[in-house]
Amino acid sequence: MSGDGVVVAGVGMHPWGKWGRSFVQYGVHAARAALADAGVAWDDVELVVGGETVRNGYAGYVAGSTFAQALGWNGARVATSYAACATGAQAIDTARARIMAGLCEVALVVGADTTPKGFLKPNAGERYDDPDWLRFRLLGMTNPMYFALYARRRMDLYGATQEDFAAVKVKNARHGLANDNARFRKEATVEDVLASPVVSDPLHLLDICATSDGAAAVVLVSEAYAARLGLGDPVRVAAVSTVTPTFPNTVMDMPMLATDSTAAVAAGDLTFKESIAVAAYEEAGIGPDDVDVAEVYDLSTALELDWIEDLQLCKPGEAESLLRAGDTTIGGRIPVNPSGGLACSGEAVPAQALAQVCELTWQLRGQATGRQVEGARVGITANQGLFGHGSAVLLAR
Amino acid sequence: MPVTQTQTPAVDGWFTTGDEPRLLASRCTTCGDVVFPPAPDAAAAFCRNPRCDGDTIESAELSRRGTVWSYTDAQYQPPAPYIAPQAEGAAYAPFALAAVELAEGIVVLGQVALGYGVGDLRVGAEAELVVETLYADETGDRTIWRWKPVVEMGEEADQ
Repeated sequence: MSGDGVVVAGVGMHPWGKWGRSFVQYGVHAARAALADAGVAWDDVELVVGGETVRNGYAGYVAGSTFAQALGWNGARVATSYAACATGAQAIDTARARIMAGLCEVALVVGADTTPKGFLKPNAGERYDDPDWLRFRLLGMTNPMYFALYARRRMDLYGATQEDFAAVKVKNARHGLANDNARFRKEATVEDVLASPVVSDPLHLLDICATSDGAAAVVLVSEAYAARLGLGDPVRVAAVSTVTPTFPNTVMDMPMLATDSTAAVAAGDLTFKESIAVAAYEEAGIGPDDVDVAEVYDLSTALELDWIEDLQLCKPGEAESLLRAGDTTIGGRIPVNPSGGLACSGEAVPAQALAQVCELTWQLRGQATGRQVEGARVGITANQGLFGHGSAVLLAR
Repeated sequence: MPVTQTQTPAVDGWFTTGDEPRLLASRCTTCGDVVFPPAPDAAAAFCRNPRCDGDTIESAELSRRGTVWSYTDAQYQPPAPYIAPQAEGAAYAPFALAAVELAEGIVVLGQVALGYGVGDLRVGAEAELVVETLYADETGDRTIWRWKPVVEMGEEADQ
């Protein structure tokens, strides 16, 4: 890497759970942990980028400012990002771009959320121009139903089974046992998953991630600043991909009622999720063969299998073979979700993409006690959110 | 035929009714791209094709039959603004849902017709559009499009 890269100087989290407190409290906790990890004083932070939370009122809409004020106004510039599940990565992208442009040397990125119980649902009112409202009113279409559509396709096209999906949960539950920030730290068996109620066929309750409170923060610095901090061989941000889909987007995406059509323009070679990964690999000059560890958005167990293929860690239809061979387990060829993934944390939307970066940073530093992927030098994250948002962050040492 | 109450679509201008109902899309008069749901305001109908600057649309009926892209069901009652069809205090009845790919190269979600479940569906099978009651309000029944599995001759005995 050349001298104008961006270094992950510090990471920190507030444990995931249902704590019922303000998101600001979680965010400050994570921010202070990340600053302490970096050895950077709050006064030296020049930019704060907050991940917006849409469920916590005005303070959530101006999250960058909210966290800056909570930490004590220090004159830093602020920005707030909203990109659904990719919010944290978009926030990193903003901070990284400003550092790479030479406009600042130290940036703090924070995401935090307090979530309600049960299905995530749209805002109130009669909103016939909002697909996120219409899908509930006209179809009763919840988020798990979209996950179930993807899961069913794996079964009918590739011969995946509900036992395969359950095996993803078993793996991630075991991985998460050693993660102090995980909310669910309990082993699960295939029988446990299959005995849990079916929410949306073919997915059981234990195939689907919960919603959680939580916070994660990342301190990004310039190479020169990292050198002054005395960081030798630090974790670097090799790429941040936040590309939008290319028309026509032919895969059914949450919260839409239909795909784009191919009536005027034929479908391209890559799906949206594949293009997110390809953009990251191209930006970094790193290929899927170089990846040692991945943190992917397992909103459902089956979705983890989709991501493994979208990240080109295997060919389409082969993720079940990797899983069954133990390749995606810690100690295997390409461990996936060593943190335990969303299966063990539940989703805290604006913090989740940052939590993925925290985990990979610990993995690449060799600090992931009890769940370490030995010798990991390159890691990739992946997620997709509503309305054409998605991200992949490549970290490397 | 039993005496029916007034039936009106739960959403305006998205589908036709009658014996052979169809979904109504917006079609760009410049490049022919079709969009469903149709643009709510024809005056603001910018073509979504990035290489087309068309801003005039016409209404287009989509194919009535297509192939199942995937399917699932809702074993738990979805939250509001979903309006449950059952009477107050009555048990919730799960419904199935399918994503169906039409000849226009568009995949459209829809609940599955009453009386059919995930066991009646498979990826690649044929389904056709029907219109059924979604819920009732003070104006009468409110209808919605649904996907009905097409049962081929000879398969019926298995159903």
